[in-house]
Amino acid sequence: MATAIEFNNISKLYRLGMVGTGTLAHDMKRWWTMNIRGKEDPYLTIGETNDRSSKGTSDYVWALKDIDFKVEQGDVVGIIGKNGAGKSTLLKILSKVTAPTTGTIRARGRIGSLLEVGTGFHPEMTGRENIYMNGAILGMTKAEITKKLDEIVDFSGCERYIDTPVKRYSSGMMVRLGFSVAAHLDPEILVVDEVLAVGDAEFQKKAIGKMQDVSKGEGRTVLFVSHNMASIKALCRHGVLLENGRVKCAGNMENVIDQYISQSDLSIRKRNWEVNDSKPACITGIEIQVEGKRTDQLIDMNDRIKIVVEYYIKEPLKGSNISFVLYKDAIPLFSTWDVDSSPELLNYREKGYHRTEFYLTNNLKPGIYDMRIDIGIPNRGTIDLKESPLQFEIRNILTEGSRKSFTRTGLFQFSIKWTDTNI
Amino acid sequence: MRTTNNASSRSLEISTTRNLDDSKSRNLDDSKSRNLDDSKSQNMEWTTVIKPKEKLLQVDFKELWRYRDLTSLFVRRNITTQYKQTILGPLWYIIQPTITVLMYMVVFGGIAKIPTDGLPQPLFYLSGVCLWQYFSDCLNKTSSTFVANAGIFGKVYFPRMVVPISTVVSNLLRFGIQLGLFLVVYAIYQIWVIPGQIHTNWYALLLPVLVLMLAGLSLGFGILFSSMTTKYRDLQLMLDYFVRLWMYATPVVWPLSTITNAKLHLAMSLNPLTPIIEAFKYGFLGAGEFSWGGLAYSFAFTVVLLAVGVVLFNRVQRTFMDTV
Repeated sequence: MATAIEFNNISKLYRLGMVGTGTLAHDMKRWWTMNIRGKEDPYLTIGETNDRSSKGTSDYVWALKDIDFKVEQGDVVGIIGKNGAGKSTLLKILSKVTAPTTGTIRARGRIGSLLEVGTGFHPEMTGRENIYMNGAILGMTKAEITKKLDEIVDFSGCERYIDTPVKRYSSGMMVRLGFSVAAHLDPEILVVDEVLAVGDAEFQKKAIGKMQDVSKGEGRTVLFVSHNMASIKALCRHGVLLENGRVKCAGNMENVIDQYISQSDLSIRKRNWEVNDSKPACITGIEIQVEGKRTDQLIDMNDRIKIVVEYYIKEPLKGSNISFVLYKDAIPLFSTWDVDSSPELLNYREKGYHRTEFYLTNNLKPGIYDMRIDIGIPNRGTIDLKESPLQFEIRNILTEGSRKSFTRTGLFQFSIKWTDTNI
Repeated sequence: MRTTNNASSRSLEISTTRNLDDSKSRNLDDSKSRNLDDSKSQNMEWTTVIKPKEKLLQVDFKELWRYRDLTSLFVRRNITTQYKQTILGPLWYIIQPTITVLMYMVVFGGIAKIPTDGLPQPLFYLSGVCLWQYFSDCLNKTSSTFVANAGIFGKVYFPRMVVPISTVVSNLLRFGIQLGLFLVVYAIYQIWVIPGQIHTNWYALLLPVLVLMLAGLSLGFGILFSSMTTKYRDLQLMLDYFVRLWMYATPVVWPLSTITNAKLHLAMSLNPLTPIIEAFKYGFLGAGEFSWGGLAYSFAFTVVLLAVGVVLFNRVQRTFMDTV
């Protein structure tokens, strides 16, 4: 098969910090060395690797460094990596939003990007007008859009509201509409960034199906970035794992996911976020507590694991729930909602800071677990979502011989009572 | 199917043989593998090549033409959304210049007693205000192209030039309505107030050229400013002030003929807007200084300005997301 996209040593240098008076001095120096003295950019040599957590000395950072791989035509390639690993930067370069610092990308066919759907929606215009706007922004002509209008409206499921200004839409409907437009684009290469994070389960399923059709049926190439391992696994044959702006590994998607999961930082047990004022509700903290153990101790199969979620409600909320999904090897094991135990929260959630906690069941087998926590309104979409905020590993420390051998198959370990009678 | 999982060979090829080939040649000799690729790709051309820097003068006009539907949609959006949720709607197009003209009549005509080339004040001011308003509106809007559209530019690529062009085009509607107002006032004066005393002549037919030049000038200045303000916002702060001052350097509230000092007269004529506005007044109202030389100067100025603006804009649009 032919190569659809070829990345040749793509690197991208960013300057950290604020643009101010000091920047002008740097610009002058750069201009002086490059244009007057005819030398290379002096700042290209001093960039540091992109590691979000460690404090660097240089103001310049390589968001991407020497990215070099090829994508086959008709392949669906998943790009994964921690926050700040360079995934979005890579897609931005590919979709020509910004230019690389060095290196070239060569591609066959039109590149259509789907970076955060709904961009370019004007709140005052109707759904129909916005379909035209959005389609044209993505590179379609009016005639092409008219030809596909019915299909797009149908796919989005927003037929009833199509002549209503989109400012009256719910955020979920906006995403549906945006995705529908982009999914009906006809580019040979489709670039998708984190779109499936929003929208309800039914629509996510539809979207994944559509993307599979796009690659299988129509032979188009898809590059897909997501934190959602389940949807990545469902969609992609091949994957690329980015770490600190470099390709950590590439190849078969499952191997890449394994690599990703094993590199995740299992020693972190708590994360916090600032209150996001633009959302009606947001998650401010997630913590894993193990009963009777310090945070630096390993988790054993028999430990009781408590998940603590802190969140902030800006305005009293109706109909909301907090959902928790536990994953192992990118497979969702189960989900639990806070309204299961406190149904009154479904009717009314008071404003202010909240804290909710629960114990995980005791039948988890050794392995690395991942989670997804969100606040949302069933059938309307998520308000705040934390995809893979923390990972943890359960070990079998107290091996007691064959009686508790845990090489058994299956996802869970139950203590099921067997009764044996001599007959 | 063979898959590699180590960092040294990052090829995702499915075919085993090629994969082996590639990882070997890449490790041994990088340039050789490039050559291999090139020979392989000859049967199917690369349609997109993304490089760090384009040539300075490489402006993709074909691409801009391909996105003409987007331009027209932007124009429609600009027009239809401007007066949504207002009661008077497009009537504002007429209210604004009317009040401005009344104000000028009081301040410049009444208090400062600046002559108006022997023309009725409303006509004189209105002609200047219409043209100036179009120019300054376009300039103010296009000069913030990058900053104002950073959100959408940061997510999807389309030729950025579409935005300022559509601004200049959509403002034509407003200009058209205000020109209509001017013609109505003109008709009132020509027919009832001072019948036959306004010497309209064939030069009025230059109107489309004049408007085109105004559009070109505002677009040129606008994209120049927007390119220069992505990183350093100082100019943006200056622009608003600068445009307001500029009006007084343009024969909007005074006729060029009032300036008798030769040096000052020359200085005012260097303003590329001066010949345009004077030509308009000369054509429609029969008063003012018309010169082909002046118009040619303005035209040349517009062309050079546009060329510089487009080149700079094109350069900035590739990386402005990193600095905006």
